[in-house]
Amino acid sequence: MTELTFGQGFALRDAAAVPVRTAPGLGFSFVGVEKRFGDQRVLNGIDLQVPAGQFIAIVGKSGCGKSTLLRLLAGLDQPTSGILRHDDVAAATSTRMMFQEPRLLPWARVADNVAVGLNGIASGVAARERSLRLLADVGLADRAGEWPSVLSGGQKQRVALARALVGQPRILALDEPLGALDALTRIEMQGLLERIWLSQRFTAVLVTHDVGEAVALADRVVVIKDGAIATDHAIDIPRPRRRGAPELAAFEGQILEDLLGV
Amino acid sequence: MLRQLRGAAIGWLLPLAIIFVWEALSRFGVIRAHVLPAPSAVATAFWKLLVSGELLENIGVSTARALGGLVIGGAIGFALGLANGLSIRSRELTDTTLQMIRNVPHLALIPLVILWFGIDEEAKLFLVALGVFFPIYVNTLLGIQTVDPQLVEMAKTYGMSRLELFRRVILPGALPSIFVGLRYALGIMWLTLIVAETIAAQSGIGHMAMEAREFLMLDVVVLSILIYALLGKLADSIARLFERLSLQWHPAYQGR
Repeated sequence: MTELTFGQGFALRDAAAVPVRTAPGLGFSFVGVEKRFGDQRVLNGIDLQVPAGQFIAIVGKSGCGKSTLLRLLAGLDQPTSGILRHDDVAAATSTRMMFQEPRLLPWARVADNVAVGLNGIASGVAARERSLRLLADVGLADRAGEWPSVLSGGQKQRVALARALVGQPRILALDEPLGALDALTRIEMQGLLERIWLSQRFTAVLVTHDVGEAVALADRVVVIKDGAIATDHAIDIPRPRRRGAPELAAFEGQILEDLLGV
Repeated sequence: MLRQLRGAAIGWLLPLAIIFVWEALSRFGVIRAHVLPAPSAVATAFWKLLVSGELLENIGVSTARALGGLVIGGAIGFALGLANGLSIRSRELTDTTLQMIRNVPHLALIPLVILWFGIDEEAKLFLVALGVFFPIYVNTLLGIQTVDPQLVEMAKTYGMSRLELFRRVILPGALPSIFVGLRYALGIMWLTLIVAETIAAQSGIGHMAMEAREFLMLDVVVLSILIYALLGKLADSIARLFERLSLQWHPAYQGR
């Protein structure tokens, strides 16, 4: 088993090898978005503007509507009223979603699973090359030919991350992608995620109930309560951030208070 | 490899032991030859029929009938299973009818089938096709309906077209269930053929057995029964081989 430790092995391709990104992050905004399922109102007038390339975290108790918001962003659901506006309308479909479960195709080898992310973008040899490169980025170059069932939970989620990133999305929506991982794997994955985001600069939207994770990774943390935005914090702490730093703890305490507060 | 061979060999120990005991009991006169002939007598009958060419001809005829019926009934069952799994409208239209037909034991149709087709090939093909249709239909439909909806949702976020969704997600996901249907169908295929050939046929193993009965050639009757058992086992083994080859990704088939 080659669980690579974070800090080594995830060597991102060096600057020279990176193809010039034609499409960095894409900004978007929710304007007066409401979502109802039958009588139940899940989202209640969301106004949220996210600039290109921002790493935003959305936190809230379970059932607060944060995942619904992400599904709207990923195009899996449509708002009941209000609109989702992308800064570049033509690029709206370049949003990729990472789910809490890896959702790998069990009947496809690891590299072919990554290539799913190139559907309609590249195929054949080109797709394979790009997939292998992304697998190397997430530290799984040597597992390309395996079946997903032999991978650990953290490895599967890294394959899912590679699949989401291989098509160079301009927005990456993350629905508690680390929620099912053990604490150590989780910290490794957070490091990996931050590193890749820093190099690719897509717009990242992370839904999580882990406030510590949110303040460690995001530029901005939005707290959702009862289907509406309660507070909006800018986390202006320079990177790299040190785990357990007092500034982070202060933000964490403040946000937890917002979440639980009376 | 050696372990596998030993595993396969162990499965044959019991049948061999039964044959040995049976032979011994026949030799000592415990089992009379006009009730059940000794295995050695059956083996002699086997050799005689093999040399005369009669045996291989009958096996060939029966196998062709079985496979013909399987291909026809299986193809229709598979196609309808796909259609009803993928289209709610198609399912609403046909599923009730199919479920009603399914509850008629297909062997009960034999008198009608003889009236329609006589005792020609069509009668056997019809019965076998009808018999294998349902297990393949039901399991194909079930396989498609139980494909993980999370995977389907994932595929949609990556913009897969309907055709690609089917090819890369739905069909592979339904395959384990389709194989269950196929193996079940193989059992029904032989069963149906035996009954059909025994009742109305002019060739085939069932016919060979019925003809032997008229002349009280019990060894040939027992031989026919054993051949059905071997053919059934062979068909199942082939199906399992295909299953293993196409489900390599499945944890249940790994490391075997």
